[in-house]
Amino acid sequence: MPEKNGTDGPNGAAGNGSDSSSAGGNGAKKRVAVIVEGAKAVRTQATQEIKALKHPEKTDLWKSMLRVKHDETPRSRALGVLSNVFLHLHPAKINRDAVAYRYTWGMGGMTFYVYITLVFTGTLLMFYYHPSKIVAFRDILYLEHDVPFGKLLRNMHRWGAHLMVIMVELHMFRVFLTGSYKSPRQFNWVVGVILLVLTLLLSFTGYLLPDDQLGFWAVTVGTNMARATPLLGHDGPFGRQLGMTPFNDVRFGLLGGSIVDANALLRAYIWHCVAIPIIASTFMVVHFWRVRKDGGISGPAPVMLESEIKEPRKF
Amino acid sequence: MDLNQLWRIISTPDNVPIVLLMIVVPFYTWYGLSQAFANDRLVVQLEADPALAKTHHRKTQPWKPGWARDVHVWPYLLRIEFLAAIIVTLILMVWSITLNAPLEEPSNPTLTMNPAKAPWYFLGLQEMLVYFDPWIAGVVMPTLIILGLMVVPYIDENPLGNGYYTYKQRKFAIWTFIFGFIILWVSMIVIGTLIRGPGWMWFWPGTTWDHNRLEFTVNRDLPDVFGLKGRVAKIIFGAIVMGLYSVAGAIGIHKLLNLTPFARKIYKRMSLVQVVVMQVFLISMLALPLKMVARLVFRIKYVWVTPWFNV
Ligand code: HEM
Repeated sequence: MPEKNGTDGPNGAAGNGSDSSSAGGNGAKKRVAVIVEGAKAVRTQATQEIKALKHPEKTDLWKSMLRVKHDETPRSRALGVLSNVFLHLHPAKINRDAVAYRYTWGMGGMTFYVYITLVFTGTLLMFYYHPSKIVAFRDILYLEHDVPFGKLLRNMHRWGAHLMVIMVELHMFRVFLTGSYKSPRQFNWVVGVILLVLTLLLSFTGYLLPDDQLGFWAVTVGTNMARATPLLGHDGPFGRQLGMTPFNDVRFGLLGGSIVDANALLRAYIWHCVAIPIIASTFMVVHFWRVRKDGGISGPAPVMLESEIKEPRKF
Repeated sequence: MDLNQLWRIISTPDNVPIVLLMIVVPFYTWYGLSQAFANDRLVVQLEADPALAKTHHRKTQPWKPGWARDVHVWPYLLRIEFLAAIIVTLILMVWSITLNAPLEEPSNPTLTMNPAKAPWYFLGLQEMLVYFDPWIAGVVMPTLIILGLMVVPYIDENPLGNGYYTYKQRKFAIWTFIFGFIILWVSMIVIGTLIRGPGWMWFWPGTTWDHNRLEFTVNRDLPDVFGLKGRVAKIIFGAIVMGLYSVAGAIGIHKLLNLTPFARKIYKRMSLVQVVVMQVFLISMLALPLKMVARLVFRIKYVWVTPWFNV
């Protein structure tokens, strides 16, 4: 708050008002006048400060948090975005057409938002879940029936995961339809494909965690394919010839055993809650960084005509 | 007509995302392509009128002289992002309040689920298991899909359509992607969800899932159809058929890429490595629908039979 100790602070005014009864006549009147005056000063100061609260962005507290003055100038608007850790991935200004929803469908951004929601709800779920064959299923029942809002929490995590997969695919579809993977954004498309795979793996590893029939058989079907990996699976082409058995092939490595059991549950848990989120977050940072470094969103760019194609580079 | 069965399938909580998918994929296809056609009309207009092409701002978005080219991120972008966040949260909340996540019986290795289905986004791969051995459907094909997606920017030598929707300028690319994404990936997910029933048998929507149904189909290997007996003969025969398919596919794709003068111009820009890589991925992709036809129509199980692997 602005520190205006201009005239009489509250301390100065109220200081010696206590012995007003002992002195007589003139002295008492003077004292009353002083007190009234002091009270008035406090009142004006209070109203001033309350008025100042209508502009919290002008207070020292606010400035200390956000580091920029909040004036109505283009400069401070730009700084408000650039000097904020959460917003600084944005440029200060962008092309007026690039904010049109119909170009990007907002899909990349919404995918990221759903991912954040999933991290949030997932962390809350972790408070109630033990990745152990004995209690995992019971933890889910407990969550659904006894934990306040537990059911809502679980539902949000489940449907959010589905939503994220749908959105990632649509995001890829839009990037393709707009040709946004073309130079200079080729590599960001590759990063995107990695993110797509990681999104699917995140969803898949989470499927086993409730330890119910649905997840168990889905993961059994899924990992059974791994046993057929060429060279590295015991049922795959040339696997036997290379000495693969159910106890040393890739599937064994994935499950921590030859069947989907306690070790598989623990492995799924660690991949799902620790490893893949860290890897995916890292790739997302790279992805967003590249969007900026490649010159921001690709369009909507002015259309190019066939007659304007430049000669290809020669070898 | 068993509407009850149909409703049971559609309203299974885990199938709701597929119902959603069946709505949003057509919607966004239309949404994107309609913008593509609008841009194509603009291109035609500009090509017919070189003077206009020099002065036009070349977008379908409105434009007036004197408008600032750039706008502030705050508020013009951030307000959209905050609004989108609120809307997504609301959708997710409503969805989660109205529909409960499934929870089956505790896992039981001795009690097989029938049908045992993978999560919906992997149903395409599971559907492939009908037509290919697991090492192809579960390992080779996913690897090819991932690698194939990754090389897309490096083999697409068409400089047009960078940063705007267009159909006319990128016909081949658009068709390839729509074929791979919608016709193969999404529709196989839909088949896996709505049509595959117990025993992974084909039940048309509206028919009852009969758990006792038995199907007697005799699938034969292609070498047997031709009456080949010996092991070596079968290996050689399969290799020849695969080789013939690859050559025919390569020629067909080559023809397709030379269909119009514009296509020829783009094709000429590609290096030899690019052409070969593209051919490999396209031929592998086309193998899937071909094998589906071979299996469903001609009851062919394997084309190439060897002691180590079967294709
Ligand atoms: C977890 C998954 C992903 C997240 C969170 C994400 C996020 C984003 C965001 C926020 C943007 C900015 C533009 C927009 O919103 O459309 C973007 C752009 C982009 N994304 Fe993604 N993305 C993901 C997956 C993918 C995938 C699967 C691909 C492609 C295979 C991809 C390729 C690209 C490319 C090439 C751009 C630049 C597009 C342009 O400049 O117009 N991303 N991404």
